[in-house]
Amino acid sequence: MTFINYASREINCKIVYYGPGLCGKTTNLQYIYDSTAPQAKGKLISLATETDRTLFFDFMPLELGTVRGFKTRFHLYTVPGQVYYDASRKLILKGVDGVVFVADSQEERMDANIESLYNLEENLQTQGYDLAQIPYVLQLNKRDLPNVVPADDLTGELQKKHEPVFEAVATNGTGVFDTLKAVAKQVLTELRKG
Amino acid sequence: MADTPFILQEHQFQRLKSVLARLCVECAARVVFLIDRDGQPIAFHGDIGDMDMTSFASLAAGNVAATSSMAKLIGEDNFPAVVHEGEHESIYISIIGRALLVVVFDERSTLSLVKIRSKRGSFEVAGILEEALAESESYRANNNSFFSEITDDDIDSLFS
Repeated sequence: MTFINYASREINCKIVYYGPGLCGKTTNLQYIYDSTAPQAKGKLISLATETDRTLFFDFMPLELGTVRGFKTRFHLYTVPGQVYYDASRKLILKGVDGVVFVADSQEERMDANIESLYNLEENLQTQGYDLAQIPYVLQLNKRDLPNVVPADDLTGELQKKHEPVFEAVATNGTGVFDTLKAVAKQVLTELRKG
Repeated sequence: MADTPFILQEHQFQRLKSVLARLCVECAARVVFLIDRDGQPIAFHGDIGDMDMTSFASLAAGNVAATSSMAKLIGEDNFPAVVHEGEHESIYISIIGRALLVVVFDERSTLSLVKIRSKRGSFEVAGILEEALAESESYRANNNSFFSEITDDDIDSLFS
């Protein structure tokens, strides 16, 4: 739920990065964190296991600038990708304003992408949202690896509603900010509609 | 479709601030926060020092979300409050509708005092939040949002 505070003149929105385990959700956030000026970001919080797998969520606040005198602040979250953390994923989707689905482009992860996308639709419905209605972007990550599915095939399999699709290599930042901008823009456009 | 935006007007924010200020004194607390259940900080009063309030808010919301789900798994509808007691500093979180009232206190106060005073203050907070939520919905219903004036150029300028 977007929170608009007229006293502090702030718009706060929540964006969730979703996708199968090890697809690069945390890497997206880490790259955004590392590439953003200190005054525009807060701390990157990672609730992770001892082996650095996301246990509950990663979180970072990011200030994009001012629209009509209102500071726009995006709260970026990732979900844990592993199948058995479904209860946590549901919780993190509460109050979401926009979703980025990070797909793993490797052939052997195709089934995991499809399962995770299905899980996203189901969990959104549980929270009273409809993927067809919510601001949404598809990111095809790990395009630098040798065994990737062609982007057109991956898009054909995973695209749900003509959402923007970005090829990415989150480890070096390719496509990371394009993805973020696309979803943030949709969120603000949605806000304008009222 | 995403939820209706929650719009807090200046006068509602100031009223919340004054309730929190009074609660902070009554609870002998270090700081009192009001946080949206989705993890957005709404207002606070007290000494936050160098505490990262945004991170604190997201973690408190995650904490309550997790314990509420645990409650359901054991057949409880909800845990209306969550307590963390430390050696010097403690945290008391109570749920007020779609918000969380968080009291951070130390040895100068006690959990029982914080519980009693928080409960009293929470009715006032709930009233103000309900008013803000109702106005947010009528804003949307009447389609008279200030944000309808935002242009594509305004949005694009954020990313230039």
